[in-house]
Amino acid sequence: MAGPSSYEADALIAEDIDAYLDRHQHKSLLRFITCGSVDDGKSTLIGRLLYDSKMIFEDQLAALEADSKRVGTQGQNIDFALLVDGLAAEREQGITIDVAYRFFATDRRKFIVADTPGHEQYTRNMVTGASTADLAVILVDARKGVLTQTRRHSYLCHLLGIRNIVLAVNKMDLVNYDQATFDRIRLAYSAFAQSIGITRFTPIPISGFVGDNITAKSEHTPWYHGDTLMEVLETIEIDADADRAKPFRLPVQWVNRPNLDFRGFSGLVAGGTVHPGDAVRILPSGKTTTVARVVTFDGDLEEGVAGQSVTLTLADEVDCSRGDVIAAAGDPPQVADQFEATIVWMADEEMLPGRSYWLKLGTQTVTANVQQPKYQINVNTMEHIAAKTLELNAIGVANLSTDRPLVFEPYEANRDLGGFILIDKFTNATVAAGMIHFALRRAQNVHWQASDVTREARAALMRQKPAVLWFTGLSGAGKSTIANLVEKKLARMNRHTFLLDGDNVRHGLNRDLGFTDADRVENIRRVGEVAKLMTDAGLIVITAFISPFRAEREMVRQMLPHGEFIEIFIDTPLAEAEKRDVKGLYAKARSGQLKNFTGIDSPYEPPVDAEIRIDTTKLSPDEGADRIVEYLLDR
Amino acid sequence: MTASLTHLQRLEAESIHILREVVAETEKPVMLYSIGKDSAVMLHLARKAFYPAPPPFPLLHVDTTWKFKAMYELRDRAARDAGMELLVYQNPEAKERGINPFDHGSLHTDMWKTEGLKQALDLYGFDAAFGGARRDEEKSRAKERIFSFRSANHRWDPKNQRPELWRLYNAKKAKGESIRVFPISNWTELDIWQYIHLENIEIVPLYFAAPRPTVERDGLILMVDDDRFRLKPGETPVERSIRFRTLGCYPLTGAVESAAKTLPEVIQEMLLTTTSERQGRAIDHDQAASMEKKKQEGYF
Repeated sequence: MAGPSSYEADALIAEDIDAYLDRHQHKSLLRFITCGSVDDGKSTLIGRLLYDSKMIFEDQLAALEADSKRVGTQGQNIDFALLVDGLAAEREQGITIDVAYRFFATDRRKFIVADTPGHEQYTRNMVTGASTADLAVILVDARKGVLTQTRRHSYLCHLLGIRNIVLAVNKMDLVNYDQATFDRIRLAYSAFAQSIGITRFTPIPISGFVGDNITAKSEHTPWYHGDTLMEVLETIEIDADADRAKPFRLPVQWVNRPNLDFRGFSGLVAGGTVHPGDAVRILPSGKTTTVARVVTFDGDLEEGVAGQSVTLTLADEVDCSRGDVIAAAGDPPQVADQFEATIVWMADEEMLPGRSYWLKLGTQTVTANVQQPKYQINVNTMEHIAAKTLELNAIGVANLSTDRPLVFEPYEANRDLGGFILIDKFTNATVAAGMIHFALRRAQNVHWQASDVTREARAALMRQKPAVLWFTGLSGAGKSTIANLVEKKLARMNRHTFLLDGDNVRHGLNRDLGFTDADRVENIRRVGEVAKLMTDAGLIVITAFISPFRAEREMVRQMLPHGEFIEIFIDTPLAEAEKRDVKGLYAKARSGQLKNFTGIDSPYEPPVDAEIRIDTTKLSPDEGADRIVEYLLDR
Repeated sequence: MTASLTHLQRLEAESIHILREVVAETEKPVMLYSIGKDSAVMLHLARKAFYPAPPPFPLLHVDTTWKFKAMYELRDRAARDAGMELLVYQNPEAKERGINPFDHGSLHTDMWKTEGLKQALDLYGFDAAFGGARRDEEKSRAKERIFSFRSANHRWDPKNQRPELWRLYNAKKAKGESIRVFPISNWTELDIWQYIHLENIEIVPLYFAAPRPTVERDGLILMVDDDRFRLKPGETPVERSIRFRTLGCYPLTGAVESAAKTLPEVIQEMLLTTTSERQGRAIDHDQAASMEKKKQEGYF
């Protein structure tokens, strides 16, 4: 075992620093992830790699030796795991840790290791760490073999598109370096790997603690003829190199326009190579031109390659801005607005099918709606299970649609143009990661049918401006009562109206929906679509729904032309509504007979700036209705 | 096919991508410039990211009035060379109360840097600030995000940070909230030095060894930069060949004895006589997990 005495720096550093620097300037960069639980010796392995690459400073080493004696689990020997700890303490403090990144280097490569701690949050953490990895080291304890978690880790790595998998059979010292044990694990893993589509992997018998087959071939395993872990890490092909063979793609990040004579398009090359004179197509517009220059601070390039940040100038003055993709003219990516994707849910709040989220893919940000999942995947058994929604750490397959066409590629063809995140529009939290499978054909084949009689023409026939009077408030607040009065008053003025009532809609159009958060979102989405059709027909639509979530009210507002959505907050305090309890529902909810009742065990999010607020403790229903009619006619 | 991009080219491309992403997605970014070697690299990367335009944001130096003279000289020149506006902010309260590192210990850092930074960001209304922190600096930084969110009163909420996948950074935020962005998160100390060497980036001469007047105090070698330095009874400045591995406020930053006069020699010395970088800074020794605490309070 390598002790501190052998801890010496590379001789070349002292002898010829210039030669040393020159050698280290030509290193490449490999990012990898280590998967395994605490018991598999993951921290020990990472600590060992840091130690063996001689990247540990003397003061850290001294602290390590002292800590090893004090709290280490390895007696008088160095406990390498202590080099990478610190996470346990943070977990106690309640700090969210998704991934810790460690760095080490050899003469040939620099390495960035994504280290994902713990069992909880494991899916979310692993997916984050795996998203940028070229390679995964899957640790298996030789005494335990392939476990459920081995399968889960492998599945997630494969899902995130990691092409290189190392099966590190660890703790070989504890099974007497038994070849049969190693072979049994290798074969068991091979059978599983094939079943989920992993076509090749590299099995290595190691001991992170002793140092077998980490940087040097171990004399304990004469029967093993393959590479050491370090040899694999140093020689495996890097994704960025493989990406050069792909067709050219540059998602435009920023338009560089310092003066009238220069207009450049900046971005990181997400695939292929680019040269002056190359024919390119700008998506989604589809316009074609040629590349004039590949500009960098260090001078123009003859060739820009995948993984480089460059600025292109184009031969023609074509429209191009952030979010567009400049691509090989003869082999462009696709454009669509409906997709099937795998979605990994990362937030405590469950996914709400139908709700609008921001979707960020490359440099494009659009509004997206996710439909109810087709199925959820059990990450331990790979079984497909039915699901209405996705909860934290759940993985499912669902269709989604966007409000604008997206330039994309299937994730397996290009991570940068196929991987996306979903962002909650109110909390701004990143709630999910997704990987596009393909565009749905109906997005390409269902077109908008333009009708000759326009919505303006229909409204003109009725001599009115269409609008949606959207009532929101607690159950029993007085929404239906006031809405009815408003409709009566408008009818007397010869206005064409239609009242959509929450209870009535649930008897027909929405009779398949219940009262879970997910169903409430879908309920409102459908009502919003119906209201929109009715305003297209020229009507003044009055809706009376609790509609408890701001996000959905906002969604309906976005569906309609500016100014046509009038939000009316029927403001009745909970205590007052409960006291009135016209339908006897509060009593039922309080006694537990009624679940998910707004205000009791389901939240109500009051409007922040509604167009109209009716305080029912101050105004009678009739006064409230008058105020609403007045507002409507004044606009 | 041509050779792989080198690790430095990959790191550079990643940092440039981050810089551009912030400029595209935030309203009023600023780069915090501390005049150290990490700041020098970050500034250089910004010049590359937006070339031929100058970086479309100002540099902000949250000044303590206690930097080394040589640092002030380089600061003004570096901003001018980059074609960028330089904003210098000094906390007026700290100035009025005469807060200094000799009498006030960690209050010096709190008032000038932590408070000063918050005041400056509020004064100008910046919603994103680039900082030169790296993940390899210490264990607790290894899990730091590249985009780190701060509430309207600049608190860092460790329970509410966002996962960062692929090259996708979520820069959405509510009014009043701001982001600290660390474009050189994935660089190591050696990467920084190699890049400075390769790109010929100007850094403060204090990083190179020269004979300088010094005193030894509490195990640190302190440089007597000018008459701002208060000698204790019995202390007489002694000339030593020293350099600095890290540059903060000068009485808080310890020097190392060294003969390394060129960059390769500095790198050589760093690789051979290895104590980790932050050891020279008195601030970290204040208390266990002090960086974590300072971060929550808004110190960068």
